[in-house]
Amino acid sequence: MSSTGTGIQPPPHVIEAARSPGMASAFAGRMKVLPILEVALLIAASIAPLVLRDYITVYATRVLILCLFALSFDLVWGYAGILSLGQSLFFGMAGYGVALLSRDFGVGSIFAVLPAGTLIGFVAALYLAGFLLLGRHPSSVVFVSLGTMTGAYTADRLARGSHYLGGQNGIPSIQPMTIGSYQLSEGPGFYYLVLAILVLIYLLSRFLLRSQFGLALAGLRENEQRIAFFGYKVQHLKAIIFAISGAIAGTAGSLYAFHEGFVWTNMLGVVMSTQVVLYVLFGGSGTLIGAVIGTAIVEGLSFWLSDNYRDIWPIILGVLLLLVILFRPLGLISLVLGERERVGHFGPSLKEKRNAAP
Amino acid sequence: MPLLEAVGISKVFGKLTALDGAALTVGEREFHGLIGPNGSGKSTLMKCLAGALVPTQGKVTFINTDVTSLTPPERARAGMSLKFQITAVLPALTLYDNILLALQARSSLLDLAFSRSRGRLHEEVMAMLLQFRLADRAFDAAATLSHGQQQWLEIAMALACRPRLLLLDEPTGGMSLEERRVTGELLQPIKQHCSLLIVEHDLDFIRDICDRLTVLDQGKVLASGTVAEIQANRSVQEIYLRRA
Repeated sequence: MSSTGTGIQPPPHVIEAARSPGMASAFAGRMKVLPILEVALLIAASIAPLVLRDYITVYATRVLILCLFALSFDLVWGYAGILSLGQSLFFGMAGYGVALLSRDFGVGSIFAVLPAGTLIGFVAALYLAGFLLLGRHPSSVVFVSLGTMTGAYTADRLARGSHYLGGQNGIPSIQPMTIGSYQLSEGPGFYYLVLAILVLIYLLSRFLLRSQFGLALAGLRENEQRIAFFGYKVQHLKAIIFAISGAIAGTAGSLYAFHEGFVWTNMLGVVMSTQVVLYVLFGGSGTLIGAVIGTAIVEGLSFWLSDNYRDIWPIILGVLLLLVILFRPLGLISLVLGERERVGHFGPSLKEKRNAAP
Repeated sequence: MPLLEAVGISKVFGKLTALDGAALTVGEREFHGLIGPNGSGKSTLMKCLAGALVPTQGKVTFINTDVTSLTPPERARAGMSLKFQITAVLPALTLYDNILLALQARSSLLDLAFSRSRGRLHEEVMAMLLQFRLADRAFDAAATLSHGQQQWLEIAMALACRPRLLLLDEPTGGMSLEERRVTGELLQPIKQHCSLLIVEHDLDFIRDICDRLTVLDQGKVLASGTVAEIQANRSVQEIYLRRA
């Protein structure tokens, strides 16, 4: 396609500027904060168990699992604009699922329970998406958020009333997860396993979000109706990202069950769902690293505050959260990260353009 | 066989009859203008054609297919593209990404996930931006554009879906005279591959670019024909004189 025949041509320097890669590289040159943060955090997380005392490493493992859970919420809310207030449903169902596998069938191999938990999260999310997202016309944010919340609440109540699921007490004393003949109990071993899984899922999510699928998600978040008018199958996009997020929540839930050694109804309920919303809002939704930072800081603060201000720590934490959300609606990450870098850029990278050039 | 044919379109909102048996045909590569006084039902008819509203009665046929009850995305995939009256570019994304998004509307999810078409589409995105005089702003966020430039970006996005028919609802709303003139020039070359149905208040603008016109008044078609026929039409002159 060319603009000949219109009788109007942009000035030559404009054409030149548009065709040269200079503009793209100037653009790319500014994008630096995210990779630095990611690498710094990875290094810190890798050496943590070497310098931390054992009981803190155990706590840190739990935080990493919750980071994974926070990632799953960030994918749906921060990237696709789907307000899922029942994310714990997938976390808890997977937790209960693997706990039952262990209790009733004696299955504890990591190669069985992690895929099983992930699959439970995926299927449950896809099933719920069928009701909430896959109608002929797009569903409203309120409908989806109340629907997901109701799902979590219902599951919580059902589990409380079910004798098979252990009622209020949940399922206690789950046998440790095994890799071959090695029993994985809490400590540095479990910590590094969770870290490896978190990094892997983080990188996969990053790949997906930087792809053209990520561009479609950005469109979805910005103006759903507009991209539907382009011809995007908006409902399918939403159901798919919702199911992927459910799968990640499922992975997190099954790790959580084995790490804690028991599952209980709170894992399914509204409290857990709300907690993950706070992590992501605090750190900064719409960036993967923001979800991780938010979880780590909220959990770290809770740990420290509850040690030092035994009676009033929830109030202090609440005020801090409120301050961040009031003054930094895009989360703590927005202190160092500009809007342009947060949204990102989906055209070909400079490297690809060089390779494509004749 | 016309590209788009709407017959007997009625739309009733409660007690208000917005459209009362309106009809319209748009041929291949025809620029068709839809005019009429305020409240005559132009935008309602446009929305019924685009699928944003479902008509109470009547039938819309597009490329020999009945599309009356199809949703907007289904119509978009059939080759109909709409530019909204209120600009709806994606403000946080760059201009480049706005066009890239529109170009890939019909790609499969796997193609999207592995970015298979991204490199191939680079030339096309830049050509599009050049054509609409936006290339020097390619990597700025769409929110930073002026109102007129946002309208152009929207037209470019609507065209990037490679439609057979482009529906434009008041494309020159809020534009300066110079911007209107340029918009007219920007639209001319698309005639090679696309028909245009345009709702517009600016009669000079519409006279300059349209082949045929349909005049609505109180939900009914008052007249339909070539620009010259409509200009000579007595009753059309009357409703515009009545208002003036």
